[in-house]
Amino acid sequence: MASVVLSEAEKLYIVHGVQEDLRVDGRSCEDYRCAEVETDVVSNTSGSARVKLGHTDILVGVKAEIGTPKLEKPDEGYLEFFVDCSANATPEFEGRGGEELGTEIANTFYRVFSCESTVDLKSLCINPRDHCWVLYVDVLLLECGGNLFDAVSIAVKAALFNTRIPKVRILESEEGSKEIELSDDPYDCMRLNVDEVPCIVTLSKIGYRHVVDATLQEEACSLASLLISVTSKGALTSIKKLGKGSLDPESIFEMME
Amino acid sequence: LRGHGTYVDEEKLIASVAGVVERVNKLVCVKALKTRRAYNGEVGDIVVGRITEVQQKRWKVETNSRLDSVLLLSSMNLPGGELRRRSAEDELAMRDYLQEGDLISAEVQSVFSDGAVSLHTRSLKYGKLGQGVLVQVSPSLVKRQKTHFHDLPCGASVILGNNGFIWIYPTPEQKDEEAGAFTTNLEPVPLSDREVISRLRNCIVALVTQKLMLFDTSILYCYEASLPHQIKDILKPEVMQEIVLETRQRLLDLEG
Repeated sequence: MASVVLSEAEKLYIVHGVQEDLRVDGRSCEDYRCAEVETDVVSNTSGSARVKLGHTDILVGVKAEIGTPKLEKPDEGYLEFFVDCSANATPEFEGRGGEELGTEIANTFYRVFSCESTVDLKSLCINPRDHCWVLYVDVLLLECGGNLFDAVSIAVKAALFNTRIPKVRILESEEGSKEIELSDDPYDCMRLNVDEVPCIVTLSKIGYRHVVDATLQEEACSLASLLISVTSKGALTSIKKLGKGSLDPESIFEMME
Repeated sequence: LRGHGTYVDEEKLIASVAGVVERVNKLVCVKALKTRRAYNGEVGDIVVGRITEVQQKRWKVETNSRLDSVLLLSSMNLPGGELRRRSAEDELAMRDYLQEGDLISAEVQSVFSDGAVSLHTRSLKYGKLGQGVLVQVSPSLVKRQKTHFHDLPCGASVILGNNGFIWIYPTPEQKDEEAGAFTTNLEPVPLSDREVISRLRNCIVALVTQKLMLFDTSILYCYEASLPHQIKDILKPEVMQEIVLETRQRLLDLEG
């Protein structure tokens, strides 16, 4: 992750503040920053969203294309994630620097969405074994201001909500092969049900306590963090640990509360 | 007389850039407000900077300018009196005084021809900064004043660096006489002081987003206007606009 250098005294101040439940900007350990979500920002995509969480700025575009289903799941469509850490975000992402972080975020999302009930993949099927909708989700990191995973997950959920997939009709032609006809009407489309799409919550451990929505300075003081993706009903889909420090099992249960 | 940023149109003096008017005797010039993203050093300015490198006889300091500033070992206060010659042992012990990442307050001694700034901490009030909060703003929003070290009556102190780095810290109880104060106070800061510091930080961020000039009176008025709200609410857009509007009103009343 992008990091900022702090003096020892500053780090000490932040750590003590977290212990007393008063962070540098007055939030308590469980408060989020003000988030701005905008949908339908990119015109030539099927769906898009832009999220600003403090200094973190994320742009997500979803394009729906027709492809062949995977062999092991012939009657479902699927999602493909690609994360691009642009050099605009921080100088560390120049050249190939952002690729590692990008693949890490993309792999996290594959795990998050690997659960069956998150997105109704069967609705993305057109012809079993032949055609299905593939949703290419492209994430662009415009500015990195701490707490990337949460912001990206909010943006992905908003973009999927905004996605419009054109309705298709299957026609049987004379030779027996099936042809697909896309409806020309731009308003004749189906939307995805994103109620079950999980959001990621990152808990960073600072001192003996954990904070939600850490800024860049707070991330520099934390040794380890836990990424939990949770749906609106409270079901967990995946957990991941980041960082060099170690987490006590009891503190993990505390964080999950 | 007309200076930079103005032009004459039909016998009237008109500003050609959006900014602050500066009058020196009969010379009128307008300094642009928005374009100054980088700090241009001028002799006598107070700056707050972060050490990026420790080199042979000097430190490189980051001050939000195009080139890193330089703090020479000979410009630094050393314990044991001012007039000591810098020996080889001092060079080797440089890292004990200031490490990478440390924050210092210093004054601009001179400006090199390429625009790089040379700093000095030759007074007891400058030196390494201890516990506190740093806020980074655009350099053009910091008003030029007689003094940039302010002890606010609400309970915290603030250093308004001309380069846009603003340092908020708890007011030290006694005025220590240690030279340069190299040993930082590592005791935990009490909760009441923390609340004042966080509130000040949010107020400064609010003033910056609404493009109001930063000086001790504006920060103080903003702090008082924000008291009815909770600290974390100050960053909400509606609350921010309300507080800054009140501050602006009080400042206009002060002038008028």
